Amino acid sequence: MSALTDVREVMRRDQVWSFLKDEQKQVDVSHDVILYVEGLNLSFDGFKALNDLNLYVNDGELRCLIGANGAGKTTLMDVVTGKTTPDSGSVYFGQSINLLQHDEADIAQLGIGRKFQKPTVFEALSVFDNLELSLKQQKSVLPMLFARLTPTEIDRIDEVLNVIGLKEQCFMQAGALSHGQKQWLEIGVLLVAEPRLLLIDEPVAGMTAQETERTAELLTSLAGERTVIVVEHDMEFVRSIARTVTVLHQGSVLS
Amino acid sequence: MNQLMRFSRLHGDSKVAPFVAILVVLTLLASMGNLLMPEDSAFYVSTYTITLLGKYLCYAMLALAVDVIWGYCGILSLGHGAFFALGGYAMGMYLMRQIGDRGVYGNPELPDFMVFLNWTELPWFWQGMDQFWFAMLMVLLVPGILAFIFGWLAFRSRVTGVYLSIMTQALTYALLLAFFRNEMGFGGNNGLTDFKDILGFDLQADTTRVTLFAITALLLAVILVISHKILQSRMGKVIVAIRDGESRARFIGYRTERFKVWLFVYSALIAGIAGALYVPQVGIINPGEFSPLNSIEMVIWVAVGGRGTLIGAIVGALLVNFAKTKFTAIMPDGWLFALGALFVFVTLYLPQGLMGLYKKMMDKRRPDNSDSHGSDTEGKNAEPAVKGGNV
Repeated sequence: MSALTDVREVMRRDQVWSFLKDEQKQVDVSHDVILYVEGLNLSFDGFKALNDLNLYVNDGELRCLIGANGAGKTTLMDVVTGKTTPDSGSVYFGQSINLLQHDEADIAQLGIGRKFQKPTVFEALSVFDNLELSLKQQKSVLPMLFARLTPTEIDRIDEVLNVIGLKEQCFMQAGALSHGQKQWLEIGVLLVAEPRLLLIDEPVAGMTAQETERTAELLTSLAGERTVIVVEHDMEFVRSIARTVTVLHQGSVLS
Repeated sequence: MNQLMRFSRLHGDSKVAPFVAILVVLTLLASMGNLLMPEDSAFYVSTYTITLLGKYLCYAMLALAVDVIWGYCGILSLGHGAFFALGGYAMGMYLMRQIGDRGVYGNPELPDFMVFLNWTELPWFWQGMDQFWFAMLMVLLVPGILAFIFGWLAFRSRVTGVYLSIMTQALTYALLLAFFRNEMGFGGNNGLTDFKDILGFDLQADTTRVTLFAITALLLAVILVISHKILQSRMGKVIVAIRDGESRARFIGYRTERFKVWLFVYSALIAGIAGALYVPQVGIINPGEFSPLNSIEMVIWVAVGGRGTLIGAIVGALLVNFAKTKFTAIMPDGWLFALGALFVFVTLYLPQGLMGLYKKMMDKRRPDNSDSHGSDTEGKNAEPAVKGGNV
C-alpha cells in the first residue's frame, strides 16, 4: 500500500520531480540579514574552537571580527565556507539556504567568496587568467573544456583590474607580483565572481602603510553593494574601516 | 608589444606545430629509408632500428601521459606502468587469439599456455578478444575504467601528494603480483608472446613494422595536439590552478576532484594506447611491465625532459631510452645506477629539465627579458607533499 502511495506521489502531475527542479540559488534577504550563525559548536580533540557561537550579519554591512589568536575567527570562516563541519549549530545564508548542506564549491557558487590569510593566487597563471577562472560561469568539466572568452567577460575582468589597480600587470605571471599585489589580486579574484558575501582574512598583513590605506578604501567602497566580513588584528586598520565590530573570545562572541 | 610577447609566452608559445612537423618528416624519412633504399645504401634504415624507434615513440607517448597528470596537475603517479601494461595485455590477447591453430599445440581456440595448463575452454574475459575492434575497445576501456574508479576513490577522499603516489605504486604492484599467477589466465610470468600476425599482416614483415612505427608516430602527434588543446583551454587553466592552489580553486567554485579524475582517466587512456602499440612491435607482454621500477622510470623521463612541457616529456623519453639502449650494451648492470644518478642530477641542477635549460638559454639570448620568469615552478613539486598532511 505504501509503495502505491509512493508511486502516486512520484506520478503527481501538478508537480515537477524534485531532482528536476532548479536548485534554489537566490539568496533571500527579506529580513535584512544575510548570514545567520546560531549555536555553533566545534571542538578539535577536546579543545573547543567554537563555543555556542551566535552571529548575525546584515545585508550590505561591513563587519569586522577581532579577537586573540585561537579565538575561532578562522575556524568560523572555515565553517561558513564549508571546509569544516561543526559538531552542532546552524549556518544559514539568507533565509533559506542551509550552508551546512553544501560543499566548498557549492558555497562559492552561491556567492560567498573567501580570501585566505596567506595570499593564495595561481602563481603559474597570468593575472588575467587568475581572474578569468573566477568568473561567474558553469564550473564543471565539459563546459570549461569548450569555454571561450566572451567580450562581456573581458569587460568584467577589465573593470576589476581597474578596481584592484593591476591593469599594468595584466599579463604578468601572478607569481611575480609583490606581496601586496597578490593580496589585491586575490581580492580581485573574489570580486570577479560577483559574490554577495565576502569573507576576508587579514587583508593587510604585510602591507605597507600606503597599501593598507588603499585596501581600506577598497573595502569600504565594496560594502553596501556586497556584505563584507573582515578578520583583522591591526586595530588601527579596523578603526579606519569599521562600522560594526564583533569581538570573538574563546570561541564565542564577546560583544 | 613586450606585453604581447609575455602573453604568448605564458600561453604556451606553441612549439607544438613545428615539433609535429619534425616528427612527421623524420617518420617519413625513416620509413622510406627502410622500404625504398637498398640494404647497402648509406641511407638504409634497418628494420631493427625502425622497431627500436617505434618502441621509443611508445615510451614517448607514455611519458606524455605521465606529464599531463604530473606536470600540469601535480599528481605524481608512480603507477602509470599499470595502465600501459593493461593496454598492452588487451592488445596481446588479440594477437594471441590471432595465432589460431599455428601454436605449438595446434589448438584452434586456446592459446598455448592454456593447453599447457590443461584448460579446456576459454575463460570469459578472453571471449571476443579475437575481434580487433573489441580488443581496441578494451585497450581504452580497461585502463580508463580502472583509472576512473581509482581516481574517483582517491581524489574524492582528498588523498594528495606522497600518499597518492604510494597508492598508485601499490596499485601497479598488486597487478604485478596478480598477473604473475597462472590462474589469472594471462600466461603467468611468461606473459603473452609468439605473436604471428595483426589484422592478417605478418608481424615479422618489414612493411608491417614500418606501418606500426608510422601509426605510432602519427598517434603520438595527434595525442600531443589534443593534449595541447585541452591544456590551452579554460579547463587546462583550471588544472594548472589546481596544481598551484587546490583549496583556492575549490573556494572559487570548482569541484577539483572531478577535474582531477577526468584528467587521470585521460592520462590512463593515453598510457593504454601506448601499451597497445608497444606490444606488437616488441612482440611480448609480460607482468614485468607492471613492475614499479618501470613506472618510476617514466617519471624520470618526464623529469629529464622537463615536466609541464609536453614536448619536454617526449624529448626526455626519447633521450633517456636512447641512452639506455647504448648504456646497457656497454655495461648492462650499471644502468640502474646511471638512472639514479641522472635523477639526482636533474633534480638538483635542472629542476625544469631540458626544456627549462633550453628556455633559459633562449632568454639569455634576448637581453630584454631578464625577469625572473620561469623560476617559480621549482617549488611546485614539493607543495603536494606538504599538503599531504591533512589526508
